[in-house]
Amino acid sequence: MISAKISHYLESFGAWLLALIWAGPLLYAAWAAFHPPAYIANFDLFAPLTLDNFRTAWNTAPFARYFLNSFAYVSMTLAGQFVLCTLAAFAFARFSFPGRDIAFMLVLVQLMIMPDQLIVKNYELMSRLNLVDTTTAISLPYMASAFGTFLLRQTFKQIPRELEEAARVEGAGWLRVLWKVYVPLGKPTYIAYGLVSVSHHWNNFLWPLVITNSVNTRPLTVGLAIFGAPESGVNFAIITAGTLIAVAPLLIAFLLFQRQFVQSFMRSGIK
Amino acid sequence: MTVVRVSNQVYGWLLFFPAAVMFFLFTHYPILATLKASFFSTPRGARPARFVGLENYRVMFDDPVFWKVLGNNFIFAAGTIPLSIGLALLMAVWVNGKLSGRSIVRTAYFTPTVLPMIAVANIWLFFYTPQIGLLDGLTGLLGFPSRNWLGEPSTVMSCLIVMTIWKEAGFFMIFYLAALQSISPELQDAGRIEGAGRWYFFRRVTWPLLMPTTVFILFNAVINAFKLVDHLFIMTKGGPNNASSLLLYYIYEVAFSFWDTAYASTLTMALLAVLAVLALSQFVYLERRTHYQ
Repeated sequence: MISAKISHYLESFGAWLLALIWAGPLLYAAWAAFHPPAYIANFDLFAPLTLDNFRTAWNTAPFARYFLNSFAYVSMTLAGQFVLCTLAAFAFARFSFPGRDIAFMLVLVQLMIMPDQLIVKNYELMSRLNLVDTTTAISLPYMASAFGTFLLRQTFKQIPRELEEAARVEGAGWLRVLWKVYVPLGKPTYIAYGLVSVSHHWNNFLWPLVITNSVNTRPLTVGLAIFGAPESGVNFAIITAGTLIAVAPLLIAFLLFQRQFVQSFMRSGIK
Repeated sequence: MTVVRVSNQVYGWLLFFPAAVMFFLFTHYPILATLKASFFSTPRGARPARFVGLENYRVMFDDPVFWKVLGNNFIFAAGTIPLSIGLALLMAVWVNGKLSGRSIVRTAYFTPTVLPMIAVANIWLFFYTPQIGLLDGLTGLLGFPSRNWLGEPSTVMSCLIVMTIWKEAGFFMIFYLAALQSISPELQDAGRIEGAGRWYFFRRVTWPLLMPTTVFILFNAVINAFKLVDHLFIMTKGGPNNASSLLLYYIYEVAFSFWDTAYASTLTMALLAVLAVLALSQFVYLERRTHYQ
C-alpha cells in the first residue's frame, strides 16, 4: 500500500516534470519577449517588464498584412475544402457510378503524396496559369482534400438511409437532401475537420514559401521565416516577440477551446 | 427504372467532378509530369528540354549529396520516431490516469503541436546559439566549453531530432489517449481481481490492445519524417556541409536555388518511391491483420 502511494507520487512527479520540460520553451520565449534584450541569457525574476520588443517586432515586419494574408489563405482553403469534399464525399457515400472504386483509390493517393512534395511541377503549373504570387495559388492545390473527402464519406455513410428517403418522398432533389439532411448531421465532423484544416494551413510553410514572393500574399509563417532569418539582423528578444505575435491567434484559440481541439484531433486521426 | 439508375450514375460523377478535376490537376498530373520530366534535361533559355533517358537517374545514383540526404532522412526518422512514440505513450498513460492537474499537464504536452514549425525553430534556434544560448549555459555550468551546436556536423542532427521529438510527441499522444479511453474499464477491474500488477497488466493487456494504434502512428510518423523540412529553412539551411539536409529540402534547393528542375524531378521520384513503399507496406500489413480477425 505504501509502495503504491510512493509510486503514485513518483509518477505524478515524472508527469509534471515532463510537462514542465514541454511547456518550458514556450514559457521561456514568452519570458524573453516581455523583457529587455539584455536579460535574454541571464534569467532574472525581477527583470523589468517591457512591451518594447512587441512594438519593435510589429514595426519591423508588416505583421498586419501577414495576418490578413494568412486569414485569406486559410478561409479560402477551408471554404473550397468544405464544398468540394462535401460533394465528393456524398458521391462516394450514396451513389454508385462507374469507376467509383478506382476513383476513390486515386483520391486516397493524396493521403500519401501531398502537393507539398510536388512543388516543382505544381509551381510550373501555377506559373502557366499565371497565378504565381496569388492567394488563389496558395489555396488551390489543397482545396480537394483526400482526408476531408474520406472523413466526410465515413460520416455520410453512417447516416441512416431512412432520413434521406423521407426527404426524397417529399420531392426533394439530391442537392436539397444533401443540404438539409447530410450537412446538418455531419456538423461535428465539419467542426473537427475545420479545426484540423485551419491549424494545418495556418502553420503551413513550404508551398506558401515557394509560390509567394511579395508582402501582399505572404502568409505569417513565410513572413516569420524572413523576419527570423539570422541575416535580417534582428535580435532574439524581438524575434521571440514576433514569433509570439504570429502564433498568438491559434495558441489563444487552442488554450480557450482545448478540450474540443484535442477531441477533434482524436476524431480526425481515425483514418 | 433503368432511366433512374443511369441518371443517378451521372449524378454521382457530377458531384465528384469538381473535386476530381482538382485532384487530377494538383496530385495526379504533377506525379505524371514529374515522372516525365525526370527523363528529360532541364530546359535552359532558348534550349528546350531534350530526352536523356535514365541520365538524370545515373547522375542521382552518382550524387554523393543525394545519398547523404537520404541517409540523413533515415537517421532523422530513426532518431525521432521511437523516442517520440515512447514518450507519447508515457504521456497518454499519465494523462489518462489519476493525476492531479491532469488537464494542465495534457495542455503542456499538446501545445507544441499547434505551433508552426517555423515558430518552433525560431525559439529553439536560440537554445542552440553558442555562448548565450540555453544549452551552452547548461553545459557551461558543468564546465564544458562552448560549442556551436548547429554549426558542427557531429551535433546538428541530434539538435534537430530533440526539437522534433518535442514538437511531435504530444500529437502522437492524442491517438494513444483515444485508444486508451476505448479500452473498457472492466478489463482493468478483472486484472486487479486476478492480482495482476500494473506493469504486468500493461505488458499483457494494454500494450497488445494498443498495437493497431502504434502501427498507425508508426507509419504516419515515418512518412511524416520524409515531409518535414520547415525547420531547416530557419535553423541550418541543410548545413553544415549537408549534415542536416533532408531529401525534400534538397529537392527544394535543386529546384529553386539551382533551377535544375529536371534533376529536382528525378529526386522527387526518389521521394515518391520511398513514400510509395511505406504506404504499400502499411497497406499490406493492414490487409494481413484483417485476415487474422
